[in-house]
Parts: sequence; C-alpha cells; structure tokens
Amino acid sequence: MTFVKRYLIPRLIQYFLVIWLGITVVFLIPRLTPSDPVMKMVDQMRARGSTLEPGAMDDIIEDLTQMYGLEGSWLEQYGDFWARLVQGDFGVSFFQFPARVNDLIAVALPWTLGLLLMSTAISWTVGNIVGGLAGYYTRRRWSRVLDSVAMVVRPLPYYVFAFILLLLFAYVVRWFPITGGASLGAIPTFTWDYIKDVLWHSALPALSLVILGGAINFQVMKLLVQNVNAESYVQYAKLGGVTENRIVGKYIIRNAMLPQITGLALSFGQIFSGAIITEIVFGYPGLGMLLFRAITNGDYNLIMGITILSIIGITTAILILDLTYPLFDPRVRYT
Amino acid sequence: MKVLRDLFRDYRFTVSFVVLVFIVTMAVLSFFSPYDPTLWHVVPRDMPPSSEYVMGTDSNGQDIFWQATFAVRNSLIISLISGIVSRVIAILVGMIAGYKGGNIDRVLMFIGDSLLVIPLFLIFVMLAMMIREHMNLVTLGLMLAVFGWAWDARLIRSMVLSLRERDFTMTAILSGTGTLKLVIREYMPFTTPLIFSTLINNMSWAIGLEITLAILGLVNLNIPTLGTMLNWALFYQSILLGRWWWILTPVILSLLVFIALYWFSVSISEYLDPRTRIQRVGA
Amino acid sequence: MAESKQVVLRTEHLKSFYILDMQGTQKVVKAVNDVNLEIYENEIYSIAGESGCGKTTLLKTLFNEIVPPQRLVDGKLYYRINSEEVDVTTFSAEEKRKLRMEYISYIPQGSMSVFNPVIKIKGTYEDFIGSHVEVKNRDEIFAIARERIQELGLPKNVLDVYPHQLSGGMRQRVTIALASSLNPQIMIGDEPTTALDVVVQRGVIQMLKDIQKKLKNTIIMVTHDMGVHANIADRIGIMYAGKIVEEAPTEKIFDMPLHPYTQFLINSLPKFGDKTMRESVPGSPPSLADLPTGCPFHPRCPHVKDICREKMPETIKVDAEHKVACWLVEEEFNG
Repeated sequence: MTFVKRYLIPRLIQYFLVIWLGITVVFLIPRLTPSDPVMKMVDQMRARGSTLEPGAMDDIIEDLTQMYGLEGSWLEQYGDFWARLVQGDFGVSFFQFPARVNDLIAVALPWTLGLLLMSTAISWTVGNIVGGLAGYYTRRRWSRVLDSVAMVVRPLPYYVFAFILLLLFAYVVRWFPITGGASLGAIPTFTWDYIKDVLWHSALPALSLVILGGAINFQVMKLLVQNVNAESYVQYAKLGGVTENRIVGKYIIRNAMLPQITGLALSFGQIFSGAIITEIVFGYPGLGMLLFRAITNGDYNLIMGITILSIIGITTAILILDLTYPLFDPRVRYT
Repeated sequence: MKVLRDLFRDYRFTVSFVVLVFIVTMAVLSFFSPYDPTLWHVVPRDMPPSSEYVMGTDSNGQDIFWQATFAVRNSLIISLISGIVSRVIAILVGMIAGYKGGNIDRVLMFIGDSLLVIPLFLIFVMLAMMIREHMNLVTLGLMLAVFGWAWDARLIRSMVLSLRERDFTMTAILSGTGTLKLVIREYMPFTTPLIFSTLINNMSWAIGLEITLAILGLVNLNIPTLGTMLNWALFYQSILLGRWWWILTPVILSLLVFIALYWFSVSISEYLDPRTRIQRVGA
Repeated sequence: MAESKQVVLRTEHLKSFYILDMQGTQKVVKAVNDVNLEIYENEIYSIAGESGCGKTTLLKTLFNEIVPPQRLVDGKLYYRINSEEVDVTTFSAEEKRKLRMEYISYIPQGSMSVFNPVIKIKGTYEDFIGSHVEVKNRDEIFAIARERIQELGLPKNVLDVYPHQLSGGMRQRVTIALASSLNPQIMIGDEPTTALDVVVQRGVIQMLKDIQKKLKNTIIMVTHDMGVHANIADRIGIMYAGKIVEEAPTEKIFDMPLHPYTQFLINSLPKFGDKTMRESVPGSPPSLADLPTGCPFHPRCPHVKDICREKMPETIKVDAEHKVACWLVEEEFNG
C-alpha cells in the first residue's frame, strides 16, 4: 500500500500534469506570438499563385479560423482544443488536404518507433556494458583509448554523425542504402525478405544514433562504476574473497545500472529529437520526414499534431520505464 | 598562476584554450571585414581557395572566410545571450527552490522537469515557424534561453540543498544575515564553478540548436551564422557539385567549437572537483 | 599460559605506506611504520588508538589486502597455515582470495551500505560462501548459513530480507555471523561496534566473544573505544602514528600503563565514583605524511626529554608479556 501511495500515485499525477503542461504550451504558442497563423497561411497560398475569388478567400479564412480553433475567447478556445484532443482528432493537414493528420502520423509512426527502439536498445546495452567494463578496468589501455574517443564524440550533435555516415557510404563505400526506409516498390509484408530490406535500410540511421547514444552511455556508466566501486559493499565483497566475476556482474554493474534506467527515461526527449533530425538527413520515412515536409510547406496543423503526439509518447515511455524501476531496486519496492 | 599551470597540464584544457582563442579571434576579425555580410555578388562566384580568397567564395558571390568570421561572431552572440539569460533563470529558480523548499520547490521543479521531458526541439520548431520574420540574434537567443535552464536549475538546486545543511548557514541565519545576502555572499562562491561549466554547456547546446533550426530554414537566412552558412551550402548542393571549401568551412568550425567548449568545461570542472582530480592524477 | 600458545599471525618490521603523486610532488603517508606483532591462537587481540593513527591500514595489511596507492614497503607477514608458517606477502591475488572466509575473514563496520542493496542477505551469503566452497546447489550454502545464524540466536528470516530492512545492530550481527560461517582461523574486525548504541554494542561484543569461544580461533580488531577494549580483549596493542607503542594483556594495560600516551587513553575513561573532569590527550595526532623526528609522540608528551626529539625508542620487554617503546621506561628499566 505504501508503495502505491508513495511511488505509483505521485508518478501518475506527474504524468498527467506534464502532458497537460506540454499541451498547454502548444496551445499558447500561436496565441502568444505576434503572427496570425491564418493570415500566414493565406499569404502563403497567395504567394503560391492561387487565384481565388475574393469571396472564396473569405470562406477559406473562416474555415481556417475555425480549424485552428481561433474562435471565441481564449477560455472557449482552450476548451474546444482539449475536446478535440480527447477525441484523438488532430484535424486535417493543410498541404496534403484532405488527408487527416492522424492518418499521416499513423503511417510515419511505426518507422520512427522501430528506429528509436532499435537504436536506443543497442546504444544503451552496448554503452553500458562497455562503459561498465571500462570503469572497472580504468587503468587498462583500451579503457583509456575508448575514453578519449568518447571525449571527441560526446559534444557533437546527432546530425554530425548522420552527415559523416552519409558522405562515407555515399561516396567511399556503398555497403548500405543511404536513403529511404525500404526498397522502392517493396510491399510491406511479414516476410523475411521485407524485414531484411527494412533492417538494411535502417542500418545507417540507426548507426548514427547509436554512435552518440553509445558514447554518452559509455561515459556516464564509466563514472558510475568508478563510484560504485568505492562503495562499502563492493569493498566488503572484495575482502570477503568473492570471485571477480560475481563482484563485477552482481555488485558493480547491477548497482550502477539503476541510475542509468532513470537516465534513459530522462534522455528520451533528446534521443527523440536526435532521431527526427537523423531521419531528415537520411530521408527515412518516419515522423522526422513528415515534420520536415510540414515545415517546408508551413503545415502548422501537422506540426502541432506531431508535437502533441510526441509529448504524449515520450511521457508515456518515461512513465512505463519509471514503473518498471521498482523491479530492479528493492529499496523502492519495500519501503 | 599556479592554477593556470595546473590547468595547462591537462591536454584537453590546452587544446580547447588554443581553439577558443582562435575562434574568438575570428569573431573579432569580422569587425575588419572588407565586405558587408548581407550583400551578395561582391566577389566572383564559386572560386576555390586562393591567395586572394583564403577560403574561396560561394554561389552567392560572398567571400567565405569573411562570411565565416561573421558567422562565428553571430553564433557566439546567440549562444551568449542564451547562456547568460538562461543562467539568470537557472540561478534564480535553483536557488529559490533549493533555499525555500516546500511547495515553491515542488512547483518550480515540476516545471523544470517537464521542460526536460517535453521534446523541446519540436516546441522550437513551432515557435520559430510563428516568429520567423521576427527572428534575429536576440529573439533566437532568448527563445533558447527561456527553455534551456531546467537541467542547470536542478544542479544548482541540489548544490544549494547540500550547502543549506552546512554549519555556516546556521551561523549566518542565527547572526541575522538576510536571505539574499546569505545566498549571494555565502553560496555564490560555491556555485560559481558549477554555473560556469553549465554556461559553457548551454552555449554549446545553443549553437547546436541554432544550426539545426537553420538547416531546416527556420531562422533568418540573411544573417550569417554557422547554421545559415550550412543551409546555403546545402541549398546549392555544394557536396554534389564538389565545392568542398564551402561546406567544409562551417562544418569544421562548428566541430571545433563543439569539441573545444566541451573540453574546456570538462577540464575546468575536473580541476575544480578534487575527487575527480585525484582520480586523474592517480591514474 | 602464554608459552603454550601457538602463534598464528606474525609480522616482521611491517611497513606499509600510501605513496601519492600530487601534481608531480610525491607524498608518502607512513600509515604502518615498522610493526612487529605476534598474535596467538585462541585469543582476542585488539588494537587501540585515535583516528588517523593507521589502525585501519594496519588491519588491511594484516588481512593481506594492499591496494594502490597503499604499498607494502618492507617487512614480512606470516600466517600459520596447516601447522606451518607461510609468508603470505608473496601470494598471488587468487591465492589471497582463496584464504579469505576459509582461513581469515573480515568483519566490516555494519554501515548502511555494507551489503549489496539490490540482493537479499541470502544472495550475499551465496556470493561469499559460494566463492569458496564447492557446493552442488545453493541449498547447501543456505544450510551452512542457517546453522550459524541459529547458533548465534539471530532471527531465522534474516536471510530472506533486503539489507535496508535490517537495523544497524542486526546488520552488524549478520556481518559477524557471515565472517564466522566457514570457521576461519582468524577473524579481523574493523571497528565492529563503533556505529552502534551502547545496548546493542554490548550484545555485539558478547556475540564476538561467544564465537571466539566456540571456534577457539583468533579475533583481531581495532576500535578507538577503550571501554570496548576493556570488555573484549585478551591483549591490547596501543598504536600511535603507525607504530605499536605499547602491548600487554588487558589487565596490565589498564593497571599499569607505561607509555604516557596509553596513560592518557586510560585516564580519559570514566570511572565509578570519580566525578573529576576527564582528561583527554592534549593536542592532535601528527600527520602521517609529515612525522616529527624522534618519538612521534614527543610534541604532545608531558614528560618530553631531549632524546625523545632525536631518536625513536626501541621496543623493550618489561616482562614476558608487556612491551613498550618509550625513553622514560627505557631509562628506568636499563638503569
């Protein structure tokens, strides 16, 4: 009962509050900034050379105002905004009219999800294992070499690695496809050939995410292991003549892992942003590409949909990870 | 002097120091540029590097070297605005939350944690779309600052929390020192190194985001920055057309800035934190 | 009685220093400086001294656990293994590890983080015992564990809880029970009673005595609390600035302390019926990195003479069991 009260309920409350705050920010942005999104849209349409009757233009403006939920007082707008969201309706895309934002996102989402899950799993696992060993064997040469590599990789933004890989595999060696999510004309089926094709295409985008993610996890884990190594229970186990394998696996890595689980949750937002940019570089057909098209077309509604969905998705992922944390740490389970 | 000598013992500090001096020199050189950075076709187009045009020229007819000096200067200005303004927010939030505790702490930290969780990049995209025509160095810097303080406020808060438990806090309170005075006089010296290293990290983050937004075309492309230089180079397909000097100049400059800022901050904070220092010396 | 006793642990001119390299300048901390000990079978030997006198380092050295920056500079350390005296300083890491728990075991301070927080006490037993005994399954280990736990009157369910669910006293008892599990010849305790309140402390002292009586083995412990020494020890060694300055059976140390430092330590204890202020040792212990010349106690000694400032006194035998290193005693003794 205390677990539910002290751990579960606060976390659930926080979950809903963060979503509420994030979505409220999204609601406020077009209303607090000096631009009128509707007039912007109309200007863009005019700039593209749409010739419409003056009356038709007024109709469009009215439609857009309604769609943006810009009618009535702010409070009413806020109410309508939530009412639509709760029904899971993000409205229509302006530049792929009459496609609905929901449907566009539904097509792109699995790509991003797959890319994210794959690269996060790899970079977290590999980074932690290698970082853990490097932290335990600090004085070894390979540990120092990896440390220096991480010192160079760590400060660079995700897209740097995307560009480097793109140049390398586009001009030097052509081992992997450099663009797209699957071969042109491949039909999505649950066959090994198709899955192989998809994995093949995701290799470079995933690798570019894994390089930086792995380096970050490596550095953090190395430091954590160095700290855990100094804890009394590790010293005691050494004095008790516990075999090294047990000490490294059960005492050091397992305890150093705990903050890394929380760390993973906290870095979801960054990893997601990184994935979006990587997708744009590689023309990968996920949310990133969708966002890029929306930006170039000025499709504000689509961007808003992607943003709101990302807020919900990321906070949910964090919540799930938070809820699994007690499985790893008995101190939270039994208080 | 001894401090400097010890710092230069760390190769990372030496390298980053030299690079940063170079970067700042470039930024200062922009004041002596023979060309107006906003004008096009002032030099012949697409010339490779030569004695006349050190880094060559681009398809807009601008001299890449002089353009780069402006880009470095403007990127630094954005990052400084973002860094300094967000430091003010982070210090205020961190110190108030840490010192006052209770509900104020809870609310402030909730807002901070939410900012950490929300994909800020998308928020920036939305904001930038709305204010694209008002976008300049100051608004961009401020925009980044308003959202970029959360993690650092958390660090400062936890430091204040640990300082609050120390003896001198009690002594100061009992001898009637006011809160503000206490925080400024007694806490500042302890938090300064932390604030400095977060400032550098924030500047690096701001430069990186500026580049991202610029590549997506979400900033004013007429103001030369590292990001807008990249945008133009990509826009004119400089990679495909083999104009390597055009794309490489901003790429190399930004890589240098990122690595130098990071090494600078890491080497200084390791020096200031004796625990890691002993580790380094012992290793 | 003494002559019939077999020596189980003996040191010859043991010197163990910390050699630190601070920004190019070398700093040598002389924590164990020329220590000669003979510790017998079936006794409790305890080492007394202020914080920072090198007690814990001596203990680690006796335990043959020397980790950089600590180094064994000089001297020998002998254990009596299978009725044969062996110099264990030359042992490999694996040989050292094998001796632990089975021949010599370590009792740490039962602090909050002495046990691995993410595994049950059972798991700690499994690691400590399983690293030394060939067993077919875990149940055999738990059988060994349970037997000792019951003999010592600890609650049976202690194996099935997590460390954070135990009280400080209970944690300390578990460390003692664990250290005794494999009936070692020697048990070494580092301030095993210090963190506990007085009532619990009594129980822990009694437990140590009971185990020693039952196993007829040797316990070597350090503490700064003279009261604990009086209650538990058969013989006491007084340590000051890395040296044993006086050594005698407990009664003799308390009845007839010869070294001025020992006298201070004993006079600082409260006595029944005596209401005068207790005296503490004036001044503070010297830095082990920067020892005074001659006898290291001379700056704090009320009876200091010229020779004390120049030369370190030899350790002399006042009688068969009482040794002391002090110029005052030397003169009196040698005329």
